[in-house]
Amino acid sequence: MSIFSRTVAELAAGLRAKEFSSVELTKLYLDRIEASQPALNAFITVTREEALAAAAEADRALAAGRAGPLTGVPIAHKDIFCTAGVRTTCGSRMLDNFVSPYDATVVTKLKSAGTVMLGKTNMDEFAMGSSNETSYYGPVKNPWDPRMVPGGSSGGSAAAVAARIAPAATATDTGGSIRQPAALCGVTGLKPTYGRVSRYGMIAFASSLDQGGVIAASAEDAALILAAMAGFDPNDSTSVERAVPSYELALNAPLAGVRIGLLKEFFDKGLDPETGKRIREALAVYEKLGAQLKEVSLPSLPLSVPTYYVVAPAECSSNLARFDGVRFGHRCENPKDLLDLYCRSRGEGFGAEVKRRIMTGTYVLSAGYYDAYYLQAQKVRQLINRDFERAFKEVDVLMGPTTPTPAFELGAKTADPITMYLNDIYTIGANLAGLPAISVPCGFVGGLPVGLQIVGPHFGEEKILNAAHVYQKETDWHRRVPEKFA
Amino acid sequence: MSLTREQIASIAHLARLELKETEIPVYQQSLSSILDFVGELNRAATAGVEPMAHPLSGLAQRLRPDVVTERDAHEEYQRNAPAVAAGLYLVPKVIE
Repeated sequence: MSIFSRTVAELAAGLRAKEFSSVELTKLYLDRIEASQPALNAFITVTREEALAAAAEADRALAAGRAGPLTGVPIAHKDIFCTAGVRTTCGSRMLDNFVSPYDATVVTKLKSAGTVMLGKTNMDEFAMGSSNETSYYGPVKNPWDPRMVPGGSSGGSAAAVAARIAPAATATDTGGSIRQPAALCGVTGLKPTYGRVSRYGMIAFASSLDQGGVIAASAEDAALILAAMAGFDPNDSTSVERAVPSYELALNAPLAGVRIGLLKEFFDKGLDPETGKRIREALAVYEKLGAQLKEVSLPSLPLSVPTYYVVAPAECSSNLARFDGVRFGHRCENPKDLLDLYCRSRGEGFGAEVKRRIMTGTYVLSAGYYDAYYLQAQKVRQLINRDFERAFKEVDVLMGPTTPTPAFELGAKTADPITMYLNDIYTIGANLAGLPAISVPCGFVGGLPVGLQIVGPHFGEEKILNAAHVYQKETDWHRRVPEKFA
Repeated sequence: MSLTREQIASIAHLARLELKETEIPVYQQSLSSILDFVGELNRAATAGVEPMAHPLSGLAQRLRPDVVTERDAHEEYQRNAPAVAAGLYLVPKVIE
């Protein structure tokens, strides 16, 4: 069996058993990334030198018996996380020349856990997109079929893990940007509870929705990495002061008697029938394990996409005001005055979708429209939140599809923004309510992966990781690797 | 709903975005369809519903002791600036 088919847990065990060193392992992955780059374009920056230095340091820790559970394991970071001394682009021309002066808290924590950064993964510009096609650095290709999108916005992270060119990768999720690409690439993607993982140094898109998380080959790996990423951070005013439980200890609890709510609104006419079959088959596995299935209705949930497309652009228009061409980022040539400097630097630095969202946000926040759009959306957000609260009084976790269809062709949905936005129809609810959710591979349709989504109550990461891990012990969908990368 | 060219130009100005002439009709079309799409929210019965700004209700803002915690790192930060002189960010002349 190839070394690349190993999970993070298995690689860490191999390092501790001295089967291979971190430097050897890191070189293998770096070479594999470089070889795959023309076909996949999963990385924006590869940090070979820094990686080899960190791997050598990890080897010293391993030799001295100072190793933690992740010491020496190579991982990739989504290029939305600031990395000191390393270019951090957020997939945008605006930040093409930006070298972060500091590390994001997530990066610091994973560094001190001994992980080795391989590089920065490609993504939709400022995390605004569902296909990775809005990246200034070109689209990422789906490793299962290069004609297909990998999903977005964390398309590079998902494709890298699917092709096993990185054992795991950090990612972020504002409306589905971890779970949707994980589903379309056949890997495991975990979006934690809002406030669980620090947003410090994670370039902001929509601050009441953004949450950092992880894409990995298995739920067990996601648990290991979340344990290292999570925790209170005084540098993030919405970080929650709450102890990080041992996610690993929760993985194996039996599922007998666990109450699973099937999201009625997700099994609607918009769901591709074949995708729906894979989800039903996965649910049958849970039934066999003794879980109780029960349909639950969240009547306000169908309004989650329009709610999101008011709230997220509004927050984005305000967050992205910081890109002014003065302190960092792109500046236009020969500005004639300050207004010209702002307008042309922003007009040139931002791509079409980012501009669309900034303008949508500017409109819904402007005088005369604020109440009709923004305030109304915040009220509907509350209704959706209450629907979830009610549901979690009756069930332990909620399940449904992650996406309505498997991966679609590159270019298929770029002409109409609404068609693209509807890709996130099943994922946005968890962001609006701040809930943890995970997507796990549960089969294929026409050779393309399908993802089962599991949503938990606030700080219910243990429940959803447990449900995902026990399923992965019963099935091997998460072990499947595209033939070209096996 | 259909936004006019003038409305698009005014939104772009508020957002400090220069648009090319050819971009205006594209945004006229897509922003109009987005506003139609989100207009669906008006059908929701929200009388008496408290607007939700944040997913974690009851999260209070923390206070910290009023002591200096940052070091002066302006030289580091200004390495990313397009134009600086004498520790200051340079912009076109604002006051005549």
